[in-house]
Amino acid sequence: MMRTVRLQDIANARTGDKGNRLNLALVCRNPADYAAVAAQVTAERVAQAFAARKPSRVVRYDLPKLAAFNFVLDDVLEGGVNASTGLDGHGKSLSFMVLDMTVMVGVDARAASPTACKTKV
Amino acid sequence: MTKVFIGAAAGFAGDRSDAGVPVVDALATLSGPRFLMFETLAERTLALCQLERRQNSQHGYSPALERMLPPVLARCLSSGIRIVGNFGAANPPAAAHRIAEMARSLGLPAPRIAIVEGDDIATKLSAPDLAAREIGGTSLAHKREIISANVYLGAQPIARALDQDADIVVTGRVADSALALGPLLHVFRWRADDWDRLAAGTLAGHLLECGAQVTGGYFADPGYKDVPDLAEVGYPIAEVDAAGEIVITKPAGTGGVVDRLTVVEQLLYEIHDPSAYLAPDVILDLTDVEVAEIGKDRVRVRDARGRPAPETLKATVCFDSGLLGEAEISYAGPNAPARAQLAVDVVRERLRRRVPRLEVRIDAIGVASVLGAGQNPADLHAAQTNDVRLRFAAQSTDAAEIEMLLDEVEALYCAGPAGGAGVRRRMTPRLASASCLIERIYAQPRVTMLGAAA
Repeated sequence: MMRTVRLQDIANARTGDKGNRLNLALVCRNPADYAAVAAQVTAERVAQAFAARKPSRVVRYDLPKLAAFNFVLDDVLEGGVNASTGLDGHGKSLSFMVLDMTVMVGVDARAASPTACKTKV
Repeated sequence: MTKVFIGAAAGFAGDRSDAGVPVVDALATLSGPRFLMFETLAERTLALCQLERRQNSQHGYSPALERMLPPVLARCLSSGIRIVGNFGAANPPAAAHRIAEMARSLGLPAPRIAIVEGDDIATKLSAPDLAAREIGGTSLAHKREIISANVYLGAQPIARALDQDADIVVTGRVADSALALGPLLHVFRWRADDWDRLAAGTLAGHLLECGAQVTGGYFADPGYKDVPDLAEVGYPIAEVDAAGEIVITKPAGTGGVVDRLTVVEQLLYEIHDPSAYLAPDVILDLTDVEVAEIGKDRVRVRDARGRPAPETLKATVCFDSGLLGEAEISYAGPNAPARAQLAVDVVRERLRRRVPRLEVRIDAIGVASVLGAGQNPADLHAAQTNDVRLRFAAQSTDAAEIEMLLDEVEALYCAGPAGGAGVRRRMTPRLASASCLIERIYAQPRVTMLGAAA
């Protein structure tokens, strides 16, 4: 059984900047979702999500031991803090552009870890 | 087995003044080598400090020093918690004098203060020399003047300063992670080619360098990622042993959370290739790192791998890049989007005839701004809101052009669509930075003790 979820339901993301380059870390809350995310959240798909910002290059680095991915997107920050006239030259808000994507994940993975949608508090 | 405890009291210059207090309270109850680190130098902060130093030779250190140190200085000195901070910025000796003065005015015994210098290469390399070493762009080409040029020094000079019994080490530009690696080198005497240990110490520093970003700060997303008592989020403490195993935790009784997810988010923060994070002392490989929750708010991090340090050092070079002008105005109530759209059209039309070469960016805050493509908002008529705030922005080296834009937005008050409200305008000088790779011979770190004969 598979179901469609938004990445925000199953993963965390945080962005960082260097010049006009953005890195976006995507971390599966439940490591069981890693394979599904790896298959579906490809560099190409992330490039599409950022198409309006015309990335010149998108690379995905895989970190299976951390159940995480690191995307590096070149030239998406309108020049970055040095040159952008926008409000978010750092691209700090952009993690949520990826969290808005949908993916198919196994229902079993959800059932096995009912607390996976929330950080333990 | 000896453990080193390193707390982080600041992750940037604008961080909380009182963040260090619970961290120091927690460190004071522990025994063993304990350190408190302050990271207060963003890329362009140093350039601002350099400009201040040019105005007054006693200025040029990070102003964060003035508000962050007084709440913790007495307790650190009385409890043997040693302080390492890059708040020296463009003038570490002046920062050291200021700290000595602060201690005197608080009635404290005079601390031993070490000064780490040698990061400033602006006098050694000319603008064209730097331009020839720029990476990832050509923004320095043909620049005649720069404001600041500083290499990121490594952890060795910090360790040397601590070897000389410094209570407080004041640096200028060093790799943020070196603020933690330095104390670890001092205590554990790791060799300069013990790459895996240096990698572990660099990783500890990387996890600490953004303060609360590893303990639940910059993390909460209500309903998805809840963080208890975010208002009183505790800043991190790393416990590191001689083998390089790290435990990240936070003071008991503080808000926030330390779990696998808060740690992994910070682990990858501002990383590009995770197998090659370049630091002055080592190349850190995160590929095999293991992150495990071992208790409440305790996360163990191990298996960082290191490779020999890069031959060159990174430097940040800052230069003047003109002026940024921003003006905002609000439209609210029925038909607000249409009135906002008309305001956009009016300003565009006026500027097209008067300063055609000025490129103006227009955001509709609440409709399309930060997540936009960096283009002007699409037709606002379709926006489903009754509250639109427009923002107009432009940059130029010509103040008159910027003033023209700001004046046009302000003039909407009387000459624009109905109900325009709340104009705010400002013009700010802008600094830009570029990165260079610098041969190590240009960076010779010096360690001096305050008060010792120069």
